[in-house]
Amino acid sequence: MSDNLLEIKNLKIGATVYPPGEKPHDITIVHDVSLNLKKGQVMGLIGESGAGKSTIGLSSMSYGRGGVEITGGEVFVNGRDILQIQAQGLRQLRGREVTYVSQSAAASFNPAMRLMDQVIETTILHGLSNKAQAEERAIELFRSLGLPDPENIGNRYPHQVSGGQLQRVMTAMALCPKPDLIVFDEPTTALDVTTQIDVLAAIKKAIRDTGVAALYITHDLAVVAQVSDEILVLRHGNMVEHGTVQEIIEAPKEEYTQELVKAHSITHEEKKPTDNPILRVENISASYSGEIQVLKDVSVDIHPGQTLAVVGESGSGKSTLARVITGLLPPSDGRIIFDGKELTPALPDRNIDDLRELQMIYQMADVAMNPRQTVGQIIGRPLELYFGMKGAEKRKRVIELLDEIEMGEKFIDRYPAELSGGQKQRVCIARSLAAKPKLIICDEVTSALDPLVADGILKLLLNLQKIENVAYLFITHDLATVKSISDSIAVMYLGELVRYGTKSEVLSPPFDDYTDLLLSSVPEMKLGWLEEVLAHRKMESAGN
Amino acid sequence: MGHPILNLVAQRIALGLLLLFLASGLIFIGTQILPGDVAQSILGQSATPEAVANLRKELGLNDPAYVRYFEWLSGVLQGDLGTALSNGKSIAEGISNRLQNTLFLASWAAAFSVPLAVILGLLAVQYRNRWPDKLISGVSLASISLPEFFIGYLLIYFVSVQLGWFPSVAILNETMTLGEKLNAIALPVVVLTMVVLAHMMRMTRAAILNVMQSAYIETAELKGLNPFTVIRKHAFPNAIAPIVNVVMINLAYLVVGVVIVEVIFVYPGMGQYLVDHVSKRDVPVVQACALIFASVYISLNIIADIVSIVANPRLRHPK
Repeated sequence: MSDNLLEIKNLKIGATVYPPGEKPHDITIVHDVSLNLKKGQVMGLIGESGAGKSTIGLSSMSYGRGGVEITGGEVFVNGRDILQIQAQGLRQLRGREVTYVSQSAAASFNPAMRLMDQVIETTILHGLSNKAQAEERAIELFRSLGLPDPENIGNRYPHQVSGGQLQRVMTAMALCPKPDLIVFDEPTTALDVTTQIDVLAAIKKAIRDTGVAALYITHDLAVVAQVSDEILVLRHGNMVEHGTVQEIIEAPKEEYTQELVKAHSITHEEKKPTDNPILRVENISASYSGEIQVLKDVSVDIHPGQTLAVVGESGSGKSTLARVITGLLPPSDGRIIFDGKELTPALPDRNIDDLRELQMIYQMADVAMNPRQTVGQIIGRPLELYFGMKGAEKRKRVIELLDEIEMGEKFIDRYPAELSGGQKQRVCIARSLAAKPKLIICDEVTSALDPLVADGILKLLLNLQKIENVAYLFITHDLATVKSISDSIAVMYLGELVRYGTKSEVLSPPFDDYTDLLLSSVPEMKLGWLEEVLAHRKMESAGN
Repeated sequence: MGHPILNLVAQRIALGLLLLFLASGLIFIGTQILPGDVAQSILGQSATPEAVANLRKELGLNDPAYVRYFEWLSGVLQGDLGTALSNGKSIAEGISNRLQNTLFLASWAAAFSVPLAVILGLLAVQYRNRWPDKLISGVSLASISLPEFFIGYLLIYFVSVQLGWFPSVAILNETMTLGEKLNAIALPVVVLTMVVLAHMMRMTRAAILNVMQSAYIETAELKGLNPFTVIRKHAFPNAIAPIVNVVMINLAYLVVGVVIVEVIFVYPGMGQYLVDHVSKRDVPVVQACALIFASVYISLNIIADIVSIVANPRLRHPK
């Protein structure tokens, strides 16, 4: 018998899909994937959505999410084929030999139970120790994972703890029964960069201290490079490349891996500010229901045909700024001057031309479109509303716009459900362009997309800016995106503007503490980055 | 500001009292617009106009409606439900015995049907879409689809007349032991259980299935918990609020909706008392019964609201 803890041989996984208007049919999600993992090793599974990485990770617990079924191959854990054992035996495996940390810890904890009871549940269930010992171990784990007040945090309920903390509590929950293998499924993806780094460090330390083996699933190569020994690159359920971290990062062989490594390679020459900004935000303060102040005295300018990037972690007020500019949330103080004249604070009072000239693109393209309208109807609607276009004229313009977003006429009769994530976002861009706006507010438009797709969207936006001379207010938490597309940058923290200026000014030292934290938290695609950063930090994230 | 839960609970109770006040108004208005004159109906068709006029004066019927309403209301608030027109006795006395009987029947029906509904709901979830689930759903749907008088007479015919197991008439008296009383009310309890079971069972099933979609149920499954523990510890506590709501509505039905069942089994409860006095045009009794039914309904729903509030960990343990 080999010394492999986990051995996956020729794994095939399928599912039955029910596409609208078609007969249900079977598809294959994972084709013939094999991997070996030794005790104490960490394997990174990387790929974009649909690569089958979570599905493979869960197969090591013989679990299929939804209608997913393992159709072929073998999975050995500690030398026995877990696909052959019955429910009773699986319950011995799950939570004892293999444990799981999910992407959204906030949704993965039972809201009606104290954290401690959930953390030690498995340990007690499998009879590994008594309650007092298990609690002691949990507290120790809380402490080593850097959670505040480790003695008492277990008495809290999930909603009383922040997202980054919950993610660490979930890691403690996975470690508590002393498993041989932990499956980490995108454990830091839902977190702010500044929080991600702490969770990442905690996970890395826990893996090192306990000697547990891990499958680390993520779409972010820079993140996985910090914690793994080996990396397996997946695409559409196929293995693309397998190697040590160093091999993959420094000398990728396959073309797809090379693309992944150099993602975020867009460069953009910064433009100089003009004398006549298209949008001037003057001393804006805003609050929700008059109580919680979310914006404090914010002033920024956006120049025609340029991009202002607004960055900050969740709760920094960046999306609220967009709501104030669009009129969805009238400010409690301050003025907004658009194209030389003051805008009325509240949306219902604005005239149709103001509405036309200020468009918005959202993070979730699929919920920003009516699923029962075709692409042609979606893009045609602003043409009708603002320009009164009809019939052939409208169709001609829709096709022009579809060409501009590099999709073409063949998509005109498709429904949103028939488009990929990137295509949906492109349709949303075309819809906003149809209004011939002077300013588009882009709210985290690439956050829900895979890195390569996101790059495509950013390139498109830059291109369109050149052609249409439209300005962007680009809201994001992703600094790599900011570096690649902005002309000026506003850094926000807890509702205040902490740093503002042209891109080169903002990104040149000396930095204030927060900007430094934010900049240094962006994972870099090099070995040993995590340790380097942690050694030089001056402050902690607000979400911590 | 106290604990937020206390505020919410106090708010519910205040709303309930307001609702009860409005209900009392509606009841009073309702009985006022009923056709016919109370004095006339007491004295009968042959009464002289003078006699009717005298009685009207005596009963205070010449006062404006709002005066009579507030007199009635202040009486009720002091525990005086008035006197029955038909026999001149205190309504409170007449009702108290009847109400006790109704509550006796309702609480046994509840003690039987609520746990049964929840357990069947849990079983249906555990074996969802397999035969036990389909059997449970089918039988309970069939029993709710049959009118209760039909089930009642079926049971009387087969169980009571043919098999002779339980009495067909549920008469209680003071000298009976608890066992004898239970024997007497067995058939009405079965009928009531069959009527309320399906609603509660299906709500339990739906509420738990809804929770079963949550990510934390997957977490529990991946912990290696057995399916029943997953449902009991992780799904059920998060499904309590909708379940309690439907349970309370059905409990209220057990008290206020038993008229037909009481009549079938000649059971000396509130329902029959109400029906008797409606036919005698005894307005004060009808008003008193209606007010008691309204307060039962409202208080059970307040309890449901309070349980939902208290069951929510976000409200119970604020940040």
